[in-house]
This record gives sequence, C-alpha cells and structure tokens, in this order.
Amino acid sequence: MSIPLLSTLIFFPVLGGLSLLIVPRQQTATIRLMALFVSLVELLLTLPVVLLFDKTTARMQFTELHPWISTLNINYSLGIDGISILFLLLTALITLLSVLVSWEAIHDKVQEFFVALLLLEGAMMGVFCATDFFLFYIFWEAMLIPMFLIIGIWGGPNRIYATIKFFLYTLVGSLLMLVGIILLYQNGGHTFDILKLAGQNYSLKLQLILFWAFFAAFAVKVPMWPVHTWLPDAHTEAPAAGSVILAGVLIKMGAYGFLRFSLPILPEATQQMLVPMLVLSVIAIVYGAIICLAQTDLKRLIAYSSVSHMGFVTLGLFALNQRGLEGAILQMINHGVVTGALFLAIGMIYERTHTREISAYGGLATTMPVFAGFFLLFTLAAVGLPGTNGFIGEFLILLGGFERAPWAAVVAASGLILGAWYMLWLYQRIFFNEVSTSLHGLTQLNLREILTLTPMVVLIFWIGLYPNALLGFLHVSVGHLLDQVNGVGLAGPVLPPVNLP
Amino acid sequence: MIATVAVNWAAVEPILPELLLITIGVLLIGCDLFLPRQRQLLPWLTVIGCLTTLAMILGSRPTVAFGGMFLADGYAMVFKTICLGSVILSVLMSEHFCRVIGLRQGEYYSLMLFSLVGMLLMASAGDLMVLYLGLELMALPIYALVGLHKREQRTSEAAIKYFLMGSFGSALLLFGMSMVYGLTGTTEIARIAELIGSRQLVANPALLAGLGLLLAGFCFKVAVAPFHLWTPDVYEGAPTIVTAFMSVGPKAAGFAIFGRVLFVGLPELHGHWGPVLAVLALLTMAVGNITALCQQSLKRMLAYSAIAHAGYALLGLLAGTAEGMAATMTYLMVYLFMNIGAFAILMLLATPDAPCESIDDCKGLASRNPVAAALMLVFLFSLTGIPPTGGFIGKFYLLKAAFIAGYPLTVVGAVLFSAISAFFYLRVVRFMYMEAPQQTATLQFSPGMRAALGLCLLGVLGLGLFPGSLLNWTVSAFSGM
Repeated sequence: MSIPLLSTLIFFPVLGGLSLLIVPRQQTATIRLMALFVSLVELLLTLPVVLLFDKTTARMQFTELHPWISTLNINYSLGIDGISILFLLLTALITLLSVLVSWEAIHDKVQEFFVALLLLEGAMMGVFCATDFFLFYIFWEAMLIPMFLIIGIWGGPNRIYATIKFFLYTLVGSLLMLVGIILLYQNGGHTFDILKLAGQNYSLKLQLILFWAFFAAFAVKVPMWPVHTWLPDAHTEAPAAGSVILAGVLIKMGAYGFLRFSLPILPEATQQMLVPMLVLSVIAIVYGAIICLAQTDLKRLIAYSSVSHMGFVTLGLFALNQRGLEGAILQMINHGVVTGALFLAIGMIYERTHTREISAYGGLATTMPVFAGFFLLFTLAAVGLPGTNGFIGEFLILLGGFERAPWAAVVAASGLILGAWYMLWLYQRIFFNEVSTSLHGLTQLNLREILTLTPMVVLIFWIGLYPNALLGFLHVSVGHLLDQVNGVGLAGPVLPPVNLP
Repeated sequence: MIATVAVNWAAVEPILPELLLITIGVLLIGCDLFLPRQRQLLPWLTVIGCLTTLAMILGSRPTVAFGGMFLADGYAMVFKTICLGSVILSVLMSEHFCRVIGLRQGEYYSLMLFSLVGMLLMASAGDLMVLYLGLELMALPIYALVGLHKREQRTSEAAIKYFLMGSFGSALLLFGMSMVYGLTGTTEIARIAELIGSRQLVANPALLAGLGLLLAGFCFKVAVAPFHLWTPDVYEGAPTIVTAFMSVGPKAAGFAIFGRVLFVGLPELHGHWGPVLAVLALLTMAVGNITALCQQSLKRMLAYSAIAHAGYALLGLLAGTAEGMAATMTYLMVYLFMNIGAFAILMLLATPDAPCESIDDCKGLASRNPVAAALMLVFLFSLTGIPPTGGFIGKFYLLKAAFIAGYPLTVVGAVLFSAISAFFYLRVVRFMYMEAPQQTATLQFSPGMRAALGLCLLGVLGLGLFPGSLLNWTVSAFSGM
C-alpha cells in the first residue's frame, strides 16, 4: 500500500478542523471558507476510494494494520467492503451540505461549530472504516462529544433537554455494548479483530447475551421502537446541520452495527431473534407513521418519519436475504439523502420564518415557488414514488420481507400508505391553502441554497433510475454476509440478486 | 542492619530520592525565613526538586533495602511517579491560587514535600511498620495543609474533621496489623503470605477479623464507601489547591499500600476480600455518582466524583489479578491528569472576593474564555470516560480486568453508574457552553498554571491516544513485584 487512503479520510477532517483553531475567532468568513474547503476536499478524497474499489470481492479493501495497544492486542486496523463504502460517500456528502446549510444559520461561536462538525466527520468516517472492535468503539463514542455540543449549543429552545437525553440514551447503550465487547474478547480468542471474531462457534447462550448487549447500543442508535424517544427531541432541537447529520449518517450507524457485528459474529442468535426483531421493525414502521399524523411541529414530523423509515431498514436487515439486505442498505442511503434533504430544506425555511409550527405556514408555493418545487421532489421521494430512490429501497425491502415473513411485509406495506398520507398532507398544509400573513415577502432561495439542494435532487433520480450504480457495490459483500449468517442451519432461500435496470 | 557508626552510603542509596526531598523541604523553610523577598522562587525550587527526584526514581534499579523494609521496585516506581506528578502539578498552580485567596506560601511548599516523602515511603513499604510510618508522615502535613487558611472557618472544621477521622482510620489499620502480626509473628509483608500458607491460617477467624480491620483502614484512607463520610466536607473545606492535591496523591499512595498488602501479603485470602471489595466498589460508585448529581457546589461535586473514582479504581484491585492491579495503576495515572486538570480550571475561576465553587460560576465560560472552557470540556469528558481521552482507556482496562477475573455483574453496575456520572459532568459542560455568562472578569493564566494545564491536557489526550507504553509499564511493574 502506498497511500493510506482510509486514514487520510479519517484524519484529514480532524486536522482540517483543528487547523480552524489557528484562525482568529472574529474572521468568521475565513473560518466558513476553510470548513467548506476541507469538507469539499474530503468529498473529493472519497473518489479514489470509489474508483479503485473492487466490486468483485467481499474481502476488506484498502486495509491498514498497525499495532496500537499491544498489551491488549488492539490494532489500528482499517478496511472497507461493499457495505461500508457507500456510507463513506454519504458521510462526506452530508457533511459538505451541512457546512453549506450552516453558512448563515450559525452566527454565534462559529469557530467552535465548524471545528465540532469536522471532528464529527472524522469520527464518522472512522466508524465506517474500523475493522477492530475496540477502534470502532472509540470512534463510535467519540462522535458523541461533538454531536452533544452541536445540539446543545446551537440548537433550538429546548436544546439542553434534548441533547442530554440524546447523550444519556446513547451512552447507556454503548456502555452495555462495551461490556459485550469484553465478553466477546474473552471468549473469542483475546482479539478485537472483527474478521477473526466472526466465524467462531460461540455457544448459543453466549451469542444471545452478546446479541442483546449489542442490541442495546445499535437499537438506540437506529432507533428502533421502543428506544426511539430521544430521536424526535434531538432532531427537533438540533440546528439544521445537526438534524441533517443525525438523520443522514448518525442513525445509520445503528443499522450498520447490526450488519457489521451482530449478523456475522452472532449468526445463530440473529436467527433465533429474527421474529422479535421483525415485530419491533413493523411496530416502528406503523407506530412512527401514525404518530406523524398527529404532529404539529415540522421537524418533529420528519423525525418520526425517520423512525418509520428506519423500521423499514431493520425489516430488510432481519429479512436475512439478499433482496432484503440490499434493500436495507440502499434504503439507508436513500433515507440519508431524502431526510437529509428535507432537513436541509426545513433549515432554510426556518432561517426565514423562525417557526416550526405547521399551522403557521400555508401558501408557501405562492411566495417561494422554487423552494416548493424542491420540497415536492423530496416529499415524493420520501413517499417512495416510482422513479425516485425511495421506491427502489422500499420495494426491495418488502420483497425480501415477504420471502421471510409475509405477515411482516403485509403490515409494513401499510406504512407506505400512511407515509403517503402524512407527507402529502404536510405538503398541502405548508404549500397550498391561503398564503399565511407572516409569509409575505420571504426572500427566494439564493444560489448557495440551490447548490446545496441540487445534489440531493440528482441523487434522488440517479438512484431511482439506475440503482445498480449503488447496488453493484453491494452484491458480493452482501452475499458473503449471508453465507456467514446462513453458514449454520436455516438455509434461507438463496435468490439471485435482482437486476433492476 | 547498620552496625557501624559511620554512615553506610551504599545502604542509603535507595532512599536518596526521599532524602533529597527532605533536604529541599528544610531548605524551603530556610529560604522562607531568611530570604523573604525571594519567596516567588519557592514553587520553582519545589518543582525542580520534585523533577530531580522523579528522574532519580525513574533512573534507579530495582532494589530491596533495609532488610526488605524498603522496596524500590517497579510497582513503587509507578506509584511514586503518580504522587510526584500530583505534587508537581499542584505546586505549579499554587502560586497563582495562593495569591488569589491570600494564603501564606512559606511553609506550604515544605509541608507538601514532607507529605510527599510519606507517600513515597508508602509506595515502597515492604513492611507494615514502614507502611504505617509513611502513612502518618503523609497525613500529618496534610492535616496542617487543610487548615492552612486560618481566616476561613470551614477549613478549620475540615482540618479537625480530617484529623479525627484520619486518626480513627489509622487506629483501625493498626488494630488490623496487630492481629496479623499476632498470628504470623512478622510485619514483613512478603513473609506474611508465606506464614499464612505454612501455618494454614487461611480460615482462621482472627486473621479474617484482622483482614476486615485492614480493609476498613485502607478504605478510610482511599475514601471508599461506607468509610467516605469525611471526604466531602474535608474536600470542600480545604483550600482548592489542597483538595486537588489530596484527591490524587494521597489516594494513589493509599492504593499503593492497599494493593501491596492485599496482593503480596494476603493473596490467599482473595476469596474473602475480592467479593467484599466488589460490594464496596459498587456502593462507592453508587454513593459518589448519585450524590454528585444533586450538588450545587462544583467543588463538592468534584469531591463526590473523587469518591466515585475510588470505586472504579477498586475494580482492578478486587480482580486480584496482575492485570487488575496494572489497570488500577493505569487508571490512577490518568486520574492524576484529569482530576487535577478539572480542579485547575476551578482555581482559574477563583477571584479574591469570590472563590469560584458554585456550578453557576461556570456559566458562559465558553464565551468568557474559550480555551479554559475547552480544557475543562476535555477533563470532564475524560472523567466521564468518553474516548478518545485517557479516562476511557483507564476505565476500559479496569472493566476488562474485573470482567475477566469473574465479576461481570460488578462490571455491569460500574458501567451503569458511569452512565449516571455523565449527567453531572455534562451539567458543567452545559453551564459552560449553553448558558450566558454571569461574570465578565477576564481570567489570568500564570506561567505555572499554563504549564500545569498543558501537562494535564497532554496527559489526558496522550494517554487516550497512545496508552500502549503506559500499559506495558504498569503490567511489567506489577510482574516485577
């Protein structure tokens, strides 16, 4: 290996963020430009990774291995496979857009904000690259600090309650996972290497204990019902950039954790716990969607819709077949794009009106037609209209879910209908009807804002019309993962990967 | 035995660092008396003396001196480093703080050094007598240090309380030692283990009573619940600088003798002391963390947090394994930097008319002084145990050691209490970053303060990112014992 690409991806934003500290605090314009530059370069740095990535193997690529804490056999080991590579792209893109959306929205403690944002980006990259469980945990927990500050310092009126709730929920889950990691270390040959930890025959009892220990961390992060209650508060109170990162990347990590750790390391426990997990997923889908119908707060509604959408993701995961898993991963990306876009859009409108109450809006289509057009696209993608990315993901998940457990897919499908209901109703209340008096004279979207939203529109249609661009990365790795899960008993129906146009 | 009148320098060599410190302590008193105008040099003289001692200790070869009474082994070396570190960091910050609260500086530094000699003796104690001698030598100057601020009522109360409770703890310890001595006929710690084995004393009720008294005495010294009741009042009443020092140095020295007696003297009784300490550790974490939740005084909150941290450090001890003790040492090393760092910010905020002690005083610190706030943030997250800080590595190592030694439920309890602790540490972060400032006075960084804060930050982050060499050191230190 010549250039350690993954380390660069992790530490470039960290160093970039720290270099912002050199700039005098008053020069906010310089700080913003530097943050933009760093996040843009970071996005460009993901390109060589994507271009050089070999789609035909499930092995870890771009691996780096250095001994770190030799006493405990902990290594600084990085690597990505088809499952993680997409998240690197997503993280880089979402962070760049977060910088753009914070351009004017953040005017207090600007320096601290962008430092926190870039450090967060480094930690997120680390989570997706780490192939050592301990290293993973370090990045996983390190993310908490900047996110805690971003919500707590730059958030809405109730931000302190929200951020402490977020921190404590995540911390309790993570610490239980830490105990699980130690237990796994003790029984898995005193190593933290996740490739070596997988494929060992742990006793079923041990697997079940570990499954629930990991569940504590991952389910809180996803968030699955009934540990989702931090999400609406955190999403609602976070500044636009915080909401975008939460929805776009952070909550994907829970599902990623299931994919990377629970499934391959604990295959038997996963299969034992299949039904409870499917039930929780279906409850999240329907419950989240119904709660959406009762929301009066714009961001809170989108937050609950995330609960519902992430229910689809976990449904696809625990369908444990090629279609379900691929759908789930694709849907994670889709949800990152679409919900990220919705929060970006809401951030823009909030900057103008300073209210999140749905009832305060009305007739926005008349005053801000361009914005209405963007929002309509995002709404349709969130609903899963064919031709948009949302459709592909949900369709694959339902297909996979139906093969595994028809009842789950049937109930989950009702979530689609509810989804169309609350999203379209939301659109109607905000953009149609009489023009609300407070909305007169709003400024149109400026160039920066249009440039922020455009990549999302492109992605929505690109994935919607040519999903294989992303699915191509997944086939082999997901197949390998399924072999690991199905290596013991319960041979699920092995289906050829779907070749969508 | 030293039979001749002439001093046998070769025999004295192992205690040269201690002798050097005593010399400097006396010198400091002299300087204070005869060179009152040069008083600002005292802290630097103290720091240089400590650094020289540190270098001597780190450079020394492991030796057994005075017929096994004084052990200069790797184990002692680690603890001595921690104790010296606590004195160096405190002294660096002292000048600034003493000036702010108007504390006479003269005898302050020499008292600190004499106490330090006591701690070094404790770390090296190979015999119960030396152990007790060190303990008292450490404690007496601290009683005086706690009451040094004569004009303030609280400190006198704290000093008296600490003196009474400390004497009581020492009495328990002595009682326990005498029972062990009565049964085994020796005060040499290593011999005790042999004799317990050869005389089959493991199930002897008198020995168990002795063990119980020893445990109670040690728990007094390191402030483990239910023997912690003196701690909050004393920590709150003492001048903040003394609190910072006391919460680290003497505690580490206490753990040094605790570990030495249990691991070398009474390993055969692990079946008894292991579970007892597990219960005490859980109780300590519960008391420390839950009581800290509802404190309005930041100093008192840190006092309770110090109690909770003694509970975490016990995790390694109760494991009864080499890895466990190494974990405790590692943790105390990290704790040195993060705890003194947090107290340093507290001292930085103090002004002559308002000794910053309430959490409200932190309000808006991030707007008043971003650097101080960021430092405090790092120290608090480290105390919580969030990576990439040293606090996480230390805590992880402890949890792992206790888990592998067969105390999974204790570990789960520890983990939950550490989640609870996040709440009160975060409350300070919240006040610093998310509230408007109440005061506008600018903060003064004295050179010593800068150096101390820099060292603390370096320690916390350095040990968080590159803990490898420290872990190797503590592991090898223990195996050499």
